[in-house]
Order: sequence, then C-alpha cells, then structure tokens
Amino acid sequence: MNNAATPGPLLAARDLVKAHGRTPALRGASLDLRAGEILAVTGASGSGKSTLLHCMAGIVRPDRGSVTYGGQRLDRLPEKRLSELRRTDFGVVFQFGQLIPELTALDNVALPLLLAGTPRSRARERAGEWLERFGARGQEELRPGEMSGGQAQRTALARALVTGPKVVFADEPTGALDSLAGEQVMTALAHTARESGTAVLLITHDARTAAYADREASLHDGTVVTEDTVLEVTP
Amino acid sequence: MIGMSTRHILLGLLASGPSHGYDLKRRHDERFPQARPLAYGQVYTTLQRLVRDGLAEIEGTDSDGGPERTVYRTTETGSRELAHWAAEIAPPAPFVTNEIFAKVVVAILSGGDPAAYLRAQRAAHMRRMRELTAVKSAPGADLATVLSADFALNHLDADLRWMTTTAARLTTLTAEVDAA
Repeated sequence: MNNAATPGPLLAARDLVKAHGRTPALRGASLDLRAGEILAVTGASGSGKSTLLHCMAGIVRPDRGSVTYGGQRLDRLPEKRLSELRRTDFGVVFQFGQLIPELTALDNVALPLLLAGTPRSRARERAGEWLERFGARGQEELRPGEMSGGQAQRTALARALVTGPKVVFADEPTGALDSLAGEQVMTALAHTARESGTAVLLITHDARTAAYADREASLHDGTVVTEDTVLEVTP
Repeated sequence: MIGMSTRHILLGLLASGPSHGYDLKRRHDERFPQARPLAYGQVYTTLQRLVRDGLAEIEGTDSDGGPERTVYRTTETGSRELAHWAAEIAPPAPFVTNEIFAKVVVAILSGGDPAAYLRAQRAAHMRRMRELTAVKSAPGADLATVLSADFALNHLDADLRWMTTTAARLTTLTAEVDAA
C-alpha cells in the first residue's frame, strides 16, 4: 500500500459522460487516482472501462464532466498542451504493445526520450536500463516480430515508464498473454511502479491481474458502482 | 488444506529419510506455508497410528544434546501406500455444495439481499487475492510459497467468476426459487 499522505487525488474524473456515435459508453463515471497507487478498474466488456481510461489519459475528450490532473482541467486544455503533457507525465500500454515493427526493442524504448530531445546515446543507455528492469535483458536487438507476447509487453512497459511518468495507463496489459507470462509482466509492472512511485490505472477483466493493484473500482453500464476505499492512515 | 490426509503428508516427509515428530512438524509447515500449521499432538497421534497400521516403525531415539526424541522411518508397506495415494485421482468437483452458493439461495428464500451479500463476499475475496499476490510476488518468495499461493488464487478466482455470473443471473434465480 502507498500511504504517502497525499492531500488529494493526482487525477480525478467527475461525472464523465461519453458516447460513441449514439451508443453511450460512460454515463456519469467518477474516479480518483491517487499519487503512487495502483488502481484496478474492472467490469464486463462494454462497461466503459477503456473509454474511462481514454478520457482520463487525455486521449479523448468527454462529452460532459471533468478530468482534473494536478489542478488543471485536462478536458479543457488545448491539443498542443495536452499532447505535451501526455508525453512528459503519462505513459500508456495497451493489450497489444503497439510497438513500432521496424525498430528493435532498444530503439522502441528509446523513442519517447528521443522525441523529448534526449541525445541518442543517452537515450539508448537509459532504454537498456529500463529493459533490464523489466527482465528483458538480452532482447535489446529483437524486433517486435521476433518477440513472444510477454517480451513485447515488457518492452511496451519499459517504453511507457522510460520517461519517468507520474501516471501509467495500462489497458488489459496481460489480455493477450498466457497466465505465466501475464504474471511476470504484472510482477514487473507492480514492482517498478511502486519503486518509482508511479501511479497506475490498470484496466482488466481478470481478477488475478486486478489482485496486483492496491484497490479496485468496478464499472457497470458506464458508471463506477463500487470503489474500495483506502484506509486513511492518521499520522 | 481441505481433504488433505495428514497420514500421507507425514509418510511423504518420511520418504526422504527417518525423522522425529518435531522435525516433521517443522518441515510440514515449511512445505505447506498456506496450510494451517500442524499441532504437535496431531503429529504424534498420527505417527502412532502409522506404526499401529504397519506403515511406519520406530528406528530408535535421538537426543542431540536436548530431550530424547523418537525417530520414525517408513516401511515397505508405507512406501507402497504412499505411492498408491500419490497416484490416486482426487474427485474433480469436491466443492459443489459450497457455503457461498448456500448463502445465496438462503438469502433468496428468506427475502434477504443476495446481491449485497455477493458484493461483500466479492470484496473479501479480492482482499485475500491481493494478500496472496503480495506474498507470492515478494522478492525471494520460495517455490512452495508461490505454488500454494497460486493454488489458492486460482480457486478464489473460480469463486469470483461464479459470483459474477450469479450476480448477473439473480433476477432469473429469484423467480425460479419463488416459483418452487
């Protein structure tokens, strides 16, 4: 558990409403993510989990409601500021790593640093360190087509964390993996996030994956129906 | 552990060599870290029964500077019995009359709130799964710990899946129980 005595949530969604065409995906969803915590969001397919993640990560804008991050309204930020913030403060991992097929593992992980202006040799050095933290040492020169599912996800996680984000958004990161590979990926993610104090919003339909989190919020028909409360530690 | 035979576990521990009761208890608790620790009384009673049934015998005593302890070893019959037990298939569905299932039906019969019960039970299951996950992913967790935590996690996960499906079916189930 992280009880870093943080005053308020790091990222807060309030009464989010979002429809895809005429199909409502979120119908007033509210959720708090605290600094440094791992929060699992569970729910059946179609309950709105991924849409909630996309809204909270500033990837899509909600139709109504607000997303507040570090005191600023994400849903109102101009696109340029938003994409800058996503690059510096957020990391994202999807079910399929979405690595760039032409690049090696090392270059995939180094890419966000290069985009942020880090010199090439320094970027590659740090990428190597992060691959090692995710147990992917010796896989630096593999291209995505040559990787197992677990290797690809570990590379994707290293890429999401290499810039030192405050929040990592992980949408079914183990969904395409067998249970042992999924377990290794989750163990690496949980350890690394706790070590670096990164908050994780983890979308999953699998209870064994959700059990790596500090707490859980369940979604049903586009609203958060239950949310574990965190025991407040009085100093 | 439900349905696990202390007799056979002790025979299994004796298979690696003669041992005394205290040592057997300690090794049991190490090998089965999520199981309830064996009581000394249970260990000694079981050893006496193994001797009575010809599955183990007394090899001698060992004091090792401390109090004198009886050392037991397995017999031919004991080894055969152990091999037989280890190869025997366990009943695939021993938990069909589960307490959770019973409570859901009783809640429906008595006009209670089965959905609220399922939510609370689910939260308790998730808490236990988080504890077990922390235990098994702690750095340096040994194989026995990982395996026994995995076993419990998979069973809790099966319960959870059942609870999720049942919560979705409550409306139908309530109608059926009411009509019966």
